[in-house]
Amino acid sequence: MNTVETAETETETNALLQHGEHGLDQYLTFVMEDDEYGVDILCVQEIRGWEDTTPIPNAPDFVKGVINLRGTIVPIIDIRQCFNMAEATYGPLTVVIVLRADHDSGSRTIGIVVDAVSDVHSFAEADLHNPPSLGESLNTSYIKGLAQAGTNMVILLNIDKALNFDELQGFVEETVIE
Amino acid sequence: MSIDMEQFHQVFFEESLEGLDVMESSLMELQEGEADDEVVNSIFRAAHSIKGGSATFGFTAVAEFTHVLETLLDEVRQGTRNITVEMIDLLLQSVDCLRDQMSALEQGESADSDQSRTLKDSFQRILDNNPADTAASSETAADTPEKSQPIQGWSISFKPELEIVQSGNEPIRMFRELAQLGSVDTIAHLEALPDFGSLASENCYLNWDLTLRGKDITEAQVREVFEWVEDECELTLTPIIGDFVSVDDEPTADSASEIVSSPAQTEPAQAEQVEAETEQVAEDKPVVLEEVKTSEPSDKSDKSGSFSKRESASIRVGVDKIDELINTVGELVITQSMLSAVGEDFKMDQLSRLQEGLNQLSQNTRELQESVMRIRMLPISFSFNRYPRMIRDLSKKLDKQVELVMVGEQTELDKTVLEKIGDPLTHLVRNSMDHGIETPAERLAAGKSESGTITLKASHQGGNIVIEIIDDGKGLDRERILEKAIEKGLQEPGDRLTDEQIYQLIFKPGFSTATEVSDVSGRGVGMDVVRRNIHELGGHINISSTQGEGSNITIRLPLTLAILDGQLARVADQIFVFPLVSIIESLEMRGVEVGKAAGGCDLIKLRDEYIPVVYLTEVFGISDQPVILDESLLVVVESNNEKIGVVIDDLLSQQQIVIKSLEENYLKVEGISGATILGDGHVALIADIGELIQLSGVTHLNRMLAGSVTPADPQAA
Repeated sequence: MNTVETAETETETNALLQHGEHGLDQYLTFVMEDDEYGVDILCVQEIRGWEDTTPIPNAPDFVKGVINLRGTIVPIIDIRQCFNMAEATYGPLTVVIVLRADHDSGSRTIGIVVDAVSDVHSFAEADLHNPPSLGESLNTSYIKGLAQAGTNMVILLNIDKALNFDELQGFVEETVIE
Repeated sequence: MSIDMEQFHQVFFEESLEGLDVMESSLMELQEGEADDEVVNSIFRAAHSIKGGSATFGFTAVAEFTHVLETLLDEVRQGTRNITVEMIDLLLQSVDCLRDQMSALEQGESADSDQSRTLKDSFQRILDNNPADTAASSETAADTPEKSQPIQGWSISFKPELEIVQSGNEPIRMFRELAQLGSVDTIAHLEALPDFGSLASENCYLNWDLTLRGKDITEAQVREVFEWVEDECELTLTPIIGDFVSVDDEPTADSASEIVSSPAQTEPAQAEQVEAETEQVAEDKPVVLEEVKTSEPSDKSDKSGSFSKRESASIRVGVDKIDELINTVGELVITQSMLSAVGEDFKMDQLSRLQEGLNQLSQNTRELQESVMRIRMLPISFSFNRYPRMIRDLSKKLDKQVELVMVGEQTELDKTVLEKIGDPLTHLVRNSMDHGIETPAERLAAGKSESGTITLKASHQGGNIVIEIIDDGKGLDRERILEKAIEKGLQEPGDRLTDEQIYQLIFKPGFSTATEVSDVSGRGVGMDVVRRNIHELGGHINISSTQGEGSNITIRLPLTLAILDGQLARVADQIFVFPLVSIIESLEMRGVEVGKAAGGCDLIKLRDEYIPVVYLTEVFGISDQPVILDESLLVVVESNNEKIGVVIDDLLSQQQIVIKSLEENYLKVEGISGATILGDGHVALIADIGELIQLSGVTHLNRMLAGSVTPADPQAA
């Protein structure tokens, strides 16, 4: 009986976290090239400094390599390069956010390189605006929505989509053939 | 407070499956000699504990089934019954059936299967000690071991003697009891009723035709109702099998209620006597099977493989292994406290103590690692044990005489490897049976003994386990393999091939020399799958054969999948790990002449072999810097009998590495089998030699397609 109760309590806690105190979702925001981006705070595992990675053969440019995260092999990707921004310079002050992204058959732990971590904001579902359709030139499926934090616009990312290697696989293969 | 029984289910399933394994192997022993008391006892004990367990957990179908089994075994045990070949066959079938039931239960499905009912009836008939019945029933069961006969009910003809009521037996009570098993239609026959004048009030003049309808009723259950009056009545039981008259769209669900709505349909059957009963079963069989096939096709296909795959989630570990582990941990704790004492107030003069402590720590760690790995090690007999049964079944089916010899069953290997090697081994043994061993007539004609021998041999060689499957059959037919390969377009005619290369052809997808496809082998899927499975385990497979004398298949596997001996190598600024087992030799490139073959492949001549050269910098796209061959080293690696030379910058240390998955958080990378963490915490990638060989071929091809001017020149890359 005890185990069942614990499970229930856990579910409640999760629900509480998920909807924040007032039905709000919390987002960790970070800065890349003066723009503010946000990810669901429940996906965030940890924030750490940059360390040297081991490059992966024939990987696309934005995959910086893999690191040893307490015994687990975790790939690091430069999300800037996914968004066609210039590659950052990597140093001890470069920030890596380790995220847990779900995909079809489980979940993956992936680190993303950002310029700086900014803040934690709470947004309600209703506060989110759909990104404007930008035609075919830009894939907006990675964007969950746009929200306003003070005077800044925050671009909220759909982590499961943005970090889906299965979707990126086609990209990987193209790169290999090149 | 009630105890949640479900938490014990898993244990019960595991124990039962173990018990079934014991039963099976003991039954195989019975086969060969006289009924040994000890063997019979162990079969009995296994059946008994399964019965007890299943009854406790409320798996009545299993309990009832094993009860019948147990009763029979008990009689054998007490020597009141001799064990016959038919009985062993039936018992072996029941082992299979119980396995199916267990896996059904494990998946939360009902364990009650038609197969179990058929088998149970067969046992019941043996128990009823009617020799004619025994023969007939075992025949039907043996003919259709996997087929089912859905018994939809029983039509019962009950003719009590006049005095039945005087002995205190009331037919109405029996009918009520019957009604608890299913719905009962009763027809009373009044023909025997005398005139009112001559009617004796204490006599029973009636007889009845009863139709009992219900899905899961066994003959035993019905007979039990009439148990007390068996000697005082004429009782005929006829099973109602399927619904022949009104085959509906949903025969399984509806026929049970619709069947025999008028008693007239069963009347012919009632006229028959008990002897006719089994005959009728046999006669009706085709009809029944057809119906079953149409209504439950999925059910059939599921049962086609008699050895279903099961990977148990827990393992049994010997207490000695656990004790050893505890001892090692104890030593580790001592070393740790010693080291922390040194570290607390460290002075330079304690340096030697610190070094000593660190040495001890590394030794402890290695011991700990070894003993933990040993926990995962299981003797290969877990896998070998299924073959006596398989050989027995197959030799009957193929009409061949085969003796199985097993050597080194106690050789231990990792549980994961053990589980994954089962299917490939089964396939190879089957192949040896089907293609290798000849029929007794052919063997005699070839001057060999009538019965063939298949030897399964396991042994340790270095860090590998070597499994050999040796048969003294006709061996591989070189010419026929070549012919077939050319016919199937797997091989260009005119090439000169070594024996080894020809034997490798049988591992190509789509290859089969069997002139006709039997259900044993010959579909041409298989050997390629076997090889792939073995490669996935990091192993190799080799065939040697002498025509007319037999063949020898050797499988070489790493002992464990989690740890491998690796050679660290530097390429530009990166470190790669090569599995030590695949390295043949390393040499300096200085002064070695690199030739170019047509098609843009670099070759070096190593003794009397030409070996293609692969540049990792290029294949893995590491750097654009030209490779300076004079300063490079060449590692000659082999996979699957193909060799390549890999150009690297430097050889570093050799060490045991723990394999980590790269796919878990990333994707499969071609040429890389995984990653590991080096002593300094950095990640190094492990080269997959087999894929590297393929990849190098692909790279050359791509460069050719790209029309590069100097395709083989690494400097240009």
